[in-house]
Amino acid sequence: MKTAAGKTIQNGIAIGPLRVCRREATQLCRTSALTPEEEWTRFTAACGEARAQLAELYGKALDRAGRDSAAIFEIHQMLLEDDDYLEAVRDLLETQGVSAAYAAIAAGERFAALFSAMEDSYMRSRAADIEDVSRRVADILTGRGEPLPQEGPPAILAAGSLTPGEAMALDRSRLLGLVTRRGSENSHTAILARAMGIPALTGVDFDEGWDGRPAVLDGERGCLCIDPDPDFLDAVRARQTDALRQADRLRALKDLPSVTLDGREIRIYANAGSVQDAAMALDNGAQGIGLFRSEMLCLASGSIPGEEQQFAVYRQVVETMAGRRTVIRTLDAGADKHLPGLCGDKEENPALGCRGIRASLTRQDLFRQQLRAVLRAAAFGPVAVMFPMIASLWEVREAKALLEACRAELEAQGVAAGPVEVGIMVETPAAVVMAEELAEEADFFSIGTNDLTQYTLAADRQNPGLERFCDPRHPAVLRMIRHTAEAAHRHGCQVGICGELGADPALAEDFLRMGLDSLSVAPSAVLPLREHIRSLDLSRDAKPASQ
Amino acid sequence: MKQFTYTITNPIGIHARPAGLLVKAAKACPSTVTVVRTDGRSAPASGLIALMALCVKCGETVTVTVEGGDEEAGLAAMEQFFQDNL
Repeated sequence: MKTAAGKTIQNGIAIGPLRVCRREATQLCRTSALTPEEEWTRFTAACGEARAQLAELYGKALDRAGRDSAAIFEIHQMLLEDDDYLEAVRDLLETQGVSAAYAAIAAGERFAALFSAMEDSYMRSRAADIEDVSRRVADILTGRGEPLPQEGPPAILAAGSLTPGEAMALDRSRLLGLVTRRGSENSHTAILARAMGIPALTGVDFDEGWDGRPAVLDGERGCLCIDPDPDFLDAVRARQTDALRQADRLRALKDLPSVTLDGREIRIYANAGSVQDAAMALDNGAQGIGLFRSEMLCLASGSIPGEEQQFAVYRQVVETMAGRRTVIRTLDAGADKHLPGLCGDKEENPALGCRGIRASLTRQDLFRQQLRAVLRAAAFGPVAVMFPMIASLWEVREAKALLEACRAELEAQGVAAGPVEVGIMVETPAAVVMAEELAEEADFFSIGTNDLTQYTLAADRQNPGLERFCDPRHPAVLRMIRHTAEAAHRHGCQVGICGELGADPALAEDFLRMGLDSLSVAPSAVLPLREHIRSLDLSRDAKPASQ
Repeated sequence: MKQFTYTITNPIGIHARPAGLLVKAAKACPSTVTVVRTDGRSAPASGLIALMALCVKCGETVTVTVEGGDEEAGLAAMEQFFQDNL
């Protein structure tokens, strides 16, 4: 048994023969016996044929992978109509007397080099697009067919790299999995593999001699195994069957409510930090985004994005969620998520430092940008704003006053803003004790169990040596949650949990009995949690209380 | 020649699909449309490769110039297009 590691693009397990795709270097005849004018006529005819192929692929992709994935074939068609590209080909034909196929490839390489030199990884992946269309035209001119094997049993395909055109042309019914040596997570091929749900790995250093050998593509472990041992094969088969069964079972729950056998319902939202997360949340049946971690935008770019950039992302998240509510938490940079230039000096004790709402109220210039972006995004769908690290009433009042000031400012400027509910994070012991008063100021509470645990137990959650002392299931923490829920409900304030504890099935029953209105968990945890809740019956005797 | 400035709000910027849509719109426009970055680099709005190579990202402000033909109509069409798509 041999193993090659790779990076998982699409999770899943595939078992079957490996088919190595050997794309021989295109044998191109550089020189031509025809006149440049004749070669140009051949070239334009081949372009027409290529556009027809692309239109067909567009239709296929639209059916199989959706509009966003299909768009690439539209772009490819447009590349073939691009004046710069056509001019480069014409120039090569006229000045160098080369064949049309050679000119197509050479012009493609020239523009691909332009994109490859760019800093942006997204733009670098576009180089592949230009080479892809150029090769398509050259293949038509030289009469070379599809580069991938068309017959034989279903197989795991291994290729150096695969163009989106090639990926889409593959017969899905004979394709078990996809392994490439090169290609980024950003590539269209990766996006297509994900959209079609084909298990796929990239960055795998496979051997061409493995062609036809039995193989296992293990997306869970990110590896390709050749000539698997019988024991290993049995274990993988069992995992594959379990995974498929579980996925089917969970998928069936996607549009069902999270309701116990005796009729108690709780809403399950997802935590997200990007537009992709939001798409995953929706795909996993989340009833909204319960926590959008806005600081993730900063951590990704290393700086705090301005109003327009934030607005663009929030709007896209809101539109992705198609009418389901998005709760945007204002910047929560702090102990474990340090942002340069937010609060100045390095702190002795960052967990107790200038973080969450403290940083926002200190740097009101940045806070206003964010509030404006949130208000503007709210014009595109239901949005709530949530303030982190609240300990005092005045913090909530001051933040709300700034929110209203920003709304007035937008109105005066004639910029559209939507209604925004206001929530606070309950994650300091002070907020728990003050819950009655805070509930009067807020539309909803979201309990951040990770920080509430470390502040209640005075145990640093970043310190691995303290794990035993920083237990989120400590009765003190659970009593704090219960107290918060009761106080909130007395004032008509909704309350949920958005910390890691919310996804713990062992505590779901406790949370339901406490009367929590919602849980917000990782997108992949939504359906397993829903399945568990639907199996509970609260009318039966409570299990021995964990508090 | 007429022109307007616009700050890109589409998270993708002028790349891929949005760039493709712009090319279509520019070709349908009776005037010559050019996109100019703040650093002075420019590209014809009807050229997909040139536009993508301009690498205009979300949050950047560009100047769009419209020249020749019915400039009034071209300007209005382009302004509407940018607001709807970019």
